[in-house]
Amino acid sequence: MRQWAEYSLEDEGGRAKLVLKGPLLISTIGKLDRYLRTFEGEVAEIDLSQTTAIDTVGAWTVLRFAREREAEVTGATEQAKRLLKAVEEAESSADISPPLRLLRLRVPERVGELVLEFSVGARQIIAFMGQVVLCSLTLIRHPSRFRGKAFVRQLELVGVSSLAIIGLMSFLIGIVVAQQGAAQLRQFGAEIYTINLTGRLTLRELGVLMTAIMVAGRSGSAFAAQLGTMKLTEEIDAMRTIGVSPTEALIMPRILAAVFMMPLLGFYASVMAIIGGAFIAELTLGIPFLTFLQRIREVVPIHDVWVGLIKAPVFGLIVAVTGCYQGMQVQGNSEEVGLRTTMAVVQAIFMVIVLDAFFAVFFTEVGWA
Amino acid sequence: MSEEQIDQQVGDVALEEVPEHFDGEFPIVITGLTTAFGENVVHEGLDLEVRRGEVLGVVGGSGTGKSVLMRAIIGLQPVAAGCIEVFGKDITAAEPDEEIGVRSRWGVLFQGGALFSTLTVGENVEVPLKQFYPELDQELMHEIARYKVVLSGLPEDAASKYPSELSGGMKKRAGLARALALDPELLFLDEPTAGLDPIGAAKFDELTRELAETLGLTVFLITHDLDTLYAICDRVAVLADKKVIAVGTIPELLESDHPWIQEYFNGPRGRAAQASTARSKSIDKRDRAGA
Repeated sequence: MRQWAEYSLEDEGGRAKLVLKGPLLISTIGKLDRYLRTFEGEVAEIDLSQTTAIDTVGAWTVLRFAREREAEVTGATEQAKRLLKAVEEAESSADISPPLRLLRLRVPERVGELVLEFSVGARQIIAFMGQVVLCSLTLIRHPSRFRGKAFVRQLELVGVSSLAIIGLMSFLIGIVVAQQGAAQLRQFGAEIYTINLTGRLTLRELGVLMTAIMVAGRSGSAFAAQLGTMKLTEEIDAMRTIGVSPTEALIMPRILAAVFMMPLLGFYASVMAIIGGAFIAELTLGIPFLTFLQRIREVVPIHDVWVGLIKAPVFGLIVAVTGCYQGMQVQGNSEEVGLRTTMAVVQAIFMVIVLDAFFAVFFTEVGWA
Repeated sequence: MSEEQIDQQVGDVALEEVPEHFDGEFPIVITGLTTAFGENVVHEGLDLEVRRGEVLGVVGGSGTGKSVLMRAIIGLQPVAAGCIEVFGKDITAAEPDEEIGVRSRWGVLFQGGALFSTLTVGENVEVPLKQFYPELDQELMHEIARYKVVLSGLPEDAASKYPSELSGGMKKRAGLARALALDPELLFLDEPTAGLDPIGAAKFDELTRELAETLGLTVFLITHDLDTLYAICDRVAVLADKKVIAVGTIPELLESDHPWIQEYFNGPRGRAAQASTARSKSIDKRDRAGA
């Protein structure tokens, strides 16, 4: 059981005297403070002579109540007097949290802010793209300034180390597409078209799209978080003062690595999906594995491969630029890093899907149906 | 509201147990402490006792493990061997987040302040209050946060500011306010004056001394600052060769013939700090004689 500070009220010749008992500590004051806040009636004197211990919270409670009732404090020990004086000198009436504005003011204010942020953001991202373009022009003129090591390192991080997860994911997607496709096509007795479905869908659309989403989740977020943290710890400022351009040293290797790796990963993902499809076809449809692969060559037009390979670097560019841009926008505190990382992933995936829709229409129009 | 209702309310939220006040002589007792990062041994067979009510300065060259020692005492650093008793309870036997009734009785000021960046200074101070004493009235918590902010030497309006709006020195003071939130018996300060200007550092020293005296604190203070040592420390512990090689008042340490201690206190900076302390003391004496 916990010990609590107590009080009693005594009447001393018409003067009300409040006698406090027990320890007046932060751990024992909880009840007494609430009693005193609801206490009604006059008190002329507060007697501390029966208290056993006191800290600043106890002293504060006594001081506040004494001030409110204009009561006199008696029986205070040296320690209590010192604490009373210390908290009295430290008293303040400031706000703990910034005051909350009225709702009818905050809503339009926030809407206005969002609109402004959007226009500023649009300008900033154009400026950022401009920087990247300028930087790549500089690199074309002075190829020796290209960061080879950083580029290779990023190739590894974006590409090689994601092979396992992308491979597994695509394999499973291949299984799902073939399995579900077969279930529908069986109704027309056209199970054999499962091969067309799997081959064309994965090479043209799914392989690259799913890879882009995976790269956005793995690498786009990492870019944003890394650059954001570097911004917070002033590493990027330090680079600038030494004369190293962060665009050149940090952003270009990342963007190039993503652009370079996306077609490779996308193609790899398509192949893995086809293998997955062939695997399930052998198991449930009775189409032999090698026959499935043989048929792929016959039914998938080569332009489906080109469609996938043309889209891939563009998606890589979008993912990397969004990640780096959001990372460079971090300022203030660590919460911002998290927010910006989330934004990088969400925006990248959204833009990839929007662009994919445009590509689909475009390639059909030009006859690569 | 009646008193029964209050009792009910308080009973619903209050923690069941709070630790007793510590009455022993040594709030911190370290025996045979060994800590290591992989192969790299930081402390080996380190012994140290901290007396109640003293300000103990801990000095040592860079990399001698001053901060590691502090982290070990507050239970953040796994210990390879040895025993650390804080308020008579063995820290090393407890799991990292296990509550053993010591955390509400110490306050820690980390080097950079380590304020929660999404909360204002005042809200930062309220975090430990809410954690350990949820029964306190909301209004009382605000009042405590307010006076602790001022007590730590910050201007009143700093209470509603976010850490990112504060300067380095103000962050340290805000960190101190949070460390003092629970009226702790034991205060850990990790290089409190590093990065402050000399005037700010001197004021911080003065504040520490004043708070230690007023609140009856035991202070464990890691520092590189010789002026701080001379100004506020009752005793100084010297860390070298993976051990505490000496503990004592500065005059006692000056008599030691360990080369590092000699170099530390009798180097150019050491002598300068010594001289300025001697000067201010003689001025004090003259003033008192004059009065």
